[in-house]
Amino acid sequence: MKTEARASATNLDLNPKLYRKDVDREAIRVGFGRGLVEAGRRDARLVALCADLTESTKMDGFAKAFPDRFVEVGVAEQNLVTVAAGMALAGKIPFVSSYAAFSPGRNWEQIRTTICLNQTNVKIVGSHAGVSVGPDGATHQMLEDIALMRVLPNMRVVVPCDSVEAEKATLALAASDGPAYLRLAREPTPIVTTAATPFSLGSAQVLREGTDLTLVACGPMVYQALVAANELSVRGIGAEVINCATVKPLDHLTILASVRKTRVVMTAEEAQVAGGLGGAVAELLGEHEPLPLIRAGMRDQFGESGDPNQLLEHFELTGPHMARLAETFVRRWRPDRA
Amino acid sequence: MTNTQLEQMANTIRQDIIDMLRAAGSGHSAGPLGMADVFTALYFAVLKHDPKNPDWPKRDRLILSNGHIVPVRYAAMARAGYFPVEELLTLRKLGSRLQGHPDRLRLPGLETTSGPLGSGLSQASGIARAWQMDGVKDQRVYCVMSDGEQEEGNTWEAALFAAKYRLANLTAITDRNNIQIDGPTERIMPLENLRAKWEAFGWHVVEIDGHNFTQIIDACHLAKTIENQPVMILAHTIPGKGVDFMEYDFHWHGKPPNEEQARRALDELRTLGGQIRSEHQ
Repeated sequence: MKTEARASATNLDLNPKLYRKDVDREAIRVGFGRGLVEAGRRDARLVALCADLTESTKMDGFAKAFPDRFVEVGVAEQNLVTVAAGMALAGKIPFVSSYAAFSPGRNWEQIRTTICLNQTNVKIVGSHAGVSVGPDGATHQMLEDIALMRVLPNMRVVVPCDSVEAEKATLALAASDGPAYLRLAREPTPIVTTAATPFSLGSAQVLREGTDLTLVACGPMVYQALVAANELSVRGIGAEVINCATVKPLDHLTILASVRKTRVVMTAEEAQVAGGLGGAVAELLGEHEPLPLIRAGMRDQFGESGDPNQLLEHFELTGPHMARLAETFVRRWRPDRA
Repeated sequence: MTNTQLEQMANTIRQDIIDMLRAAGSGHSAGPLGMADVFTALYFAVLKHDPKNPDWPKRDRLILSNGHIVPVRYAAMARAGYFPVEELLTLRKLGSRLQGHPDRLRLPGLETTSGPLGSGLSQASGIARAWQMDGVKDQRVYCVMSDGEQEEGNTWEAALFAAKYRLANLTAITDRNNIQIDGPTERIMPLENLRAKWEAFGWHVVEIDGHNFTQIIDACHLAKTIENQPVMILAHTIPGKGVDFMEYDFHWHGKPPNEEQARRALDELRTLGGQIRSEHQ
């Protein structure tokens, strides 16, 4: 298994400028917009529905390219997902988008009944997730969506780490039957992967190898985890970084192979750790490999207005903060590394 | 079928409902009995469907939004030949295809999974919109819904949507029986003027006696002639219709008859309210 993990860390064709100050940045939602247009070209059954946020959720490209296959439902998130369920019952492949705070924030029961229990082929896209939404404040900074969606049977949860991966995830979801939730972020964030980086639904990827700590991250926190790993290496701690783009179903094999080697685990997400990626990894470890785990993320708290970068500092969701947290934790549980 | 045959079928379906609910020991009585005539009309006179081929692509779609009255649909489906009548007695039992609320994946022909109120009209609108995109001309979407669920905001989101997209291939039927679990609708949360509300939302509204087969069938045919608008049929019904001690009484909304009550109800249905001799006499 170790060999497997090591093998996957090579030839990933990550962004060569990844660790440089001038690393390219793009909002994750932009990649979704590109992917949706391409998915629409590939399959005429694909339709897009939006709840009055077409441009900000980046559905505008699709709406322009395929006006007859775009449905504007207005400010009505319950209707958004239930109309989509009906269209799926009629053979369409609906993608529905809004801010994550409203969808899946407001329409959870409709998603549960008409999409998950009903097993309709609807893809829910929640944009503007996490505290990095910024000035809009706590009402619009969705932090509970991973938990809300992860708990639903038949639902898959995908949190791409950058715009390039978001594009691939969108295409993969369009081609894969069944309910799914795709989580996007608003602010431009560093691009970690390239077009050549492999992607498949359900697979986590070891982006960087290490023997002292496994750092499992999703979304924009993958970049922060890589930054943390860089800092930790200076302090003599080798952190293995896993991009867990599919939070559900969780890639047990890749994560367990890594933690069996490192014996100490940290998760990172821009979401509530309870029920989020942190919750998912805690469940996995608890049942298969009980090991010390520390979870970076939002801990039973709401966000607030502010500049996105200030907020990440404030809530200690940056690479340097994570490195400090990780170092203390590793020295406690791996005295051999002290 | 003649109206007399439809009336006899509706009576049989009401007896099935009583039998099912008695055997299940739980479930809703008033709504299914009140909608027995509408469902008989739908399955035996209105819907384009094939009981032996429930997935027939050319079929009309019937979405039941208020899933709790599904016993009436099960009974109508069984009598139409979708599955054996004996299976009706498995209602609400472990392993049954006849779940307490409709589950599309368990029983072919249900079209969707429903129960939580207020979501059916949106799903029906989604099917209608998809067909509109594809230029489907000869198929209709029907949505049966309750009056109580029109207290749900989701219902009115769907009302706006169907009017915006001029879903003329959509016929909704409201079971206007004036009761909900906690009491009369006008006391719990007044819905009137319901006709004016739907008209204001851009729908073509038809009001009928939901126990008159001519009116039910005529309204469904009329709906096909309305252009550029979805149609709402407000079917005025008597909750618990056919069983005198249940009629109009909201207490029967959410409970089944016990053995004794079921016997009395079946006696009444079999004698058409004492008009003919029962086989028990």
